[in-house]
Amino acid sequence: MVKEETQQQHKGLAEHSGLADIFNRDEQRVNWHDETLWFVRSKRDKAAHSLPEWELLRETASQIKHNVLSDLDTYLQQFEEQALINGVTVHWAADAREHNQIVHSILKKHEINRMVKSKSMLTEECHLNEYLKEHGVEVIDTDLGERIVQLAEEPPSHIVLPCIHKKKEEIGELFHTHLGTAAGESDPQVLTEAARQHLRESFLTRRLALTGVNFAVAETGEFVVCTNEGNADMGSHLADVHIASMGIEKIIPRRKDLGIFLRLLARSATGQPITTYSSHFRKPRAGQEMHIILVDNGRTVQLGREDFRNSLKCIRCGACMNTCPVYRRSGGHSYHNAIAGPIGSILAPNLDMKAYADLPFASTLCGSCSNVCPVKIDIHDQLYKWRQVLVKEGHVSPVKAMGMKVMAFTFAMPRFFAFAGKAGRVVMKYLPFVVSNKLNPWYKEREMPKPPKESFREWYKRERR
Amino acid sequence: MSSREKILAAVRANKPDLQPLPDVIIPVREEGLIEEYRRVAEGIGAKVYEVGGTAEVKELLAASFEPSQRIVSPLEDFADMAEGIEAGIDPHSFADVELAIVRAEIGVSENSALWVPEGNVSQRVIPFICQHLAILINRERIVPTLQQAYSLIGEINYGYGVFIAGPSKTADIEQSLVLGAHGPRSLRVFIVG
Repeated sequence: MVKEETQQQHKGLAEHSGLADIFNRDEQRVNWHDETLWFVRSKRDKAAHSLPEWELLRETASQIKHNVLSDLDTYLQQFEEQALINGVTVHWAADAREHNQIVHSILKKHEINRMVKSKSMLTEECHLNEYLKEHGVEVIDTDLGERIVQLAEEPPSHIVLPCIHKKKEEIGELFHTHLGTAAGESDPQVLTEAARQHLRESFLTRRLALTGVNFAVAETGEFVVCTNEGNADMGSHLADVHIASMGIEKIIPRRKDLGIFLRLLARSATGQPITTYSSHFRKPRAGQEMHIILVDNGRTVQLGREDFRNSLKCIRCGACMNTCPVYRRSGGHSYHNAIAGPIGSILAPNLDMKAYADLPFASTLCGSCSNVCPVKIDIHDQLYKWRQVLVKEGHVSPVKAMGMKVMAFTFAMPRFFAFAGKAGRVVMKYLPFVVSNKLNPWYKEREMPKPPKESFREWYKRERR
Repeated sequence: MSSREKILAAVRANKPDLQPLPDVIIPVREEGLIEEYRRVAEGIGAKVYEVGGTAEVKELLAASFEPSQRIVSPLEDFADMAEGIEAGIDPHSFADVELAIVRAEIGVSENSALWVPEGNVSQRVIPFICQHLAILINRERIVPTLQQAYSLIGEINYGYGVFIAGPSKTADIEQSLVLGAHGPRSLRVFIVG
């Protein structure tokens, strides 16, 4: 039942608060999720604090990305030119649909209907797997976490840790059903070994591999893919055809800029000094075909929104999720978007304001996300600014809009404010059940405070005498 | 209008005013690099050996691997214990390799990463498909941070290159660290010289 409810996210029916309720039914799991992600955040802190130049690196990375956004057309053309010289085919996709069609056309050209794919949040954003399935293509996700959620028929709940919402016993059950491990086996070592054997067979038999892109270098036309497992390399070095899908904002100007970004990425993501593999692909290997797909899908629109364009600096480390008090306690699926957490909440409304109007409200605006962001995106400011835009454009629920109107009216009328305060105190004192009931969303998981005898204004008036 | 033209036109219309591209070289210390390298590498599951030359490397490897197991290396020094790696043949033919021995061009002490360009492995799949990996690095080629590594790499026109730090690993199941995800189950680093 929970699974069906979670799957509503695909249909855009549910709101963050409702989906968070589903996640919160299992309190022990929520606590585990919360503590585990905080542990990852602590590892990030330790890694960051070990470098005296950390803040200089963040500032530099942010400025490089700023320069990229301000000259993106030049860099994209330079990248294309270099990639072509390198013998790579370059495609441009205006939206998700065109991206998926390009991938499918390459598959058709080679008469391939089975492929492997390493982690790419862009293909999640484009719903590539569903598209290819409809067209009779089998896709095997080769990142262990992604393979697990794929077997569970769920989307990833975290961009770096795709199955962080799952317990090892559930994974053991999935592997028992799909990979034939012993019933009740839940040892991570044993399960990982089973996945290794299963995926090795996939690597050795698939002729096409798709990877994501972490960074694409304009001056050389090369792109860098970072993994710990080695799955992007196992896939691409064994396949006849390698497709790399990237959002247009993944460009960096120079090869040496990798010396800034690779120092930040893994430390911010998991607290590792670097991922196990940072693979630089520049030319196809002899006899291989290599394609790069440059995808817009709303990015140029976001570039034009002055208040929100900085979100395009994101390098997808996930630090903002690990630190977020709301994400840690509501789970990635509650964001019903390929990218969850604070960064997902500022990216998603750009794609569809109506469907994702709830997300910028799924935040306490505590600012922790902005503090850990390796490229200094003003995430919490943007969450706040999205709220203004969404209310103005009429994309919030009538109840929320009415509540805000009443609040604005009350704050603007000092006498009514005083009266409403007094009425509230009286009600809470003599008729507590009026507020302490399930109809009041503020009562959920909270005790209502004891009403004070008098307001500050009343106290001040009395004391001044 | 093609998607290419559409995207470029939209970027031109929507991009902010030109911002400067910063050029930052962060000063670093040069002492204790080997100690740092060892500490970081061991911290992520690699084994580090400081050796005088390749003879010592062979001795150490011979203690852990049987001659019956398939061992490959593009290095001539190891021709007596490993078969060569022919470029251009089907990469699938290396699926049963137990140990690969290769040389790195640069080591980075801050993260223990080793720069292995395509020319050093003959076949790109080698450092991934083997069950165990051994990498040699000259002591004087270990630099403090990635910034120095990239200035050494400079404008070399490689087709493929990879920084490798530690054995392949995953923590996707409940954040429990498991070594040997899809690539090598172990990494031995030999600091030579």
